[in-house]
Amino acid sequence: MHCHLIDYLPQTGGQLSEIYPQKPIYDIPGYPTINAQELVDKLMEQIAPFHPKFTLGERVEQLHKQDDGTWLIVTNEGTEITCKVVVIAGGLGCFEPRKPEVDRLEEFEGKGVHYMVRNPELFRGRKVVIAGGGDSALDWTIFLADVAERITLIHRGDTFRGAPDAAEKVFELAKIGKIDLLLKSSVAKLDGSGHLDSLTVATPQGEVRIKTDHFIPLFGLSPKLGPIEHWGLNIDKSAIEVNTLDYSTNVEGIYAIGDINTYPGKLKLILCGFHEAALMAQSAFKYVYPHQRLSFKYTTVYGITELQE
Amino acid sequence: MINFIVEDRNGERTPIEVPEGISLSLMEILKGSDYDILATCGGMALCATCLVKVLQGHEQLTAPSDAELDMLDTLPHYDENNRLSCQIKIDERLEGCVFRIGG
Repeated sequence: MHCHLIDYLPQTGGQLSEIYPQKPIYDIPGYPTINAQELVDKLMEQIAPFHPKFTLGERVEQLHKQDDGTWLIVTNEGTEITCKVVVIAGGLGCFEPRKPEVDRLEEFEGKGVHYMVRNPELFRGRKVVIAGGGDSALDWTIFLADVAERITLIHRGDTFRGAPDAAEKVFELAKIGKIDLLLKSSVAKLDGSGHLDSLTVATPQGEVRIKTDHFIPLFGLSPKLGPIEHWGLNIDKSAIEVNTLDYSTNVEGIYAIGDINTYPGKLKLILCGFHEAALMAQSAFKYVYPHQRLSFKYTTVYGITELQE
Repeated sequence: MINFIVEDRNGERTPIEVPEGISLSLMEILKGSDYDILATCGGMALCATCLVKVLQGHEQLTAPSDAELDMLDTLPHYDENNRLSCQIKIDERLEGCVFRIGG
């Protein structure tokens, strides 16, 4: 069987390479201790003879069951892949921008509300309000100060954690009147007809109304299931329910392994992910080749057979 | 035994009793007691889905680490009594505390 791996992250390895690459892991059999990235590197080396294909930096958005029983997978970039079996090994899900609780926020998404800055030129000569106190709120405030007509930064605290240089620059820009800085304040409500045109801010001095073309709340990222939620799978507390016989889901041809699945007795361990993958692969083979006999072989007896590319 | 109180999202309070000397976080106890928290990241202070508000006993808890403060700081709504339950170790400091699930 040929495998094709799709991941929204720009590299393989999921949380190991993205979140804690240098952290030691102590519960991988055979390795008293191994750094997360080192484990990923060794796994990549181990699968190399099977020549898997990779689509990285793209997120699977849609799954379509075709008339012949195969699946058509479509990513956010429009990449299409056809396959017989889909295995979801999505870990924590994908990290999406955290949305603040603000009246009418979702109504103005794409109509003045942005959760990240993709194209700074969009804000040239416009009025922009940024909310948040993290590094990205500070950095974009400084960057857009020269691009936008007017920038207002709203922060619920009166100090900023992290990057002292950026915080100092923001205070400096506010002092010389280049930006507006509202501390101990939060956005309460958005207004406009069709497109955002003003927002209401709760400040220590009471409510203030600010005219604006754009509102960019920057409150970090939070893991979400994302599109997986819409594929008809049984979900329990943000995890996919599977049958422990072969880690299949309620949808024929779709399996789920690793941290993204749930079953009675589930342990979120890398070790368990390997076990789940082995059982899934046996079952997937029988599903893909129903008429072919699968003989169980040990690598110590037969070695490995390199797959043709 | 260590005794503290948990208030769920509906405001209902339940006393919780945990033996001393167990190496668990408050998040693990809450999940184990079927409270409505996700704790998606499994205790790495990465997702803030195990957020609690300490209604009583905040000052007797160990102060949050930098990693926890960094995460708390990104939340849109936050007050100083908010904590990530995955970063609160179960020990005698929790005696008499009251925690509310969510922010």
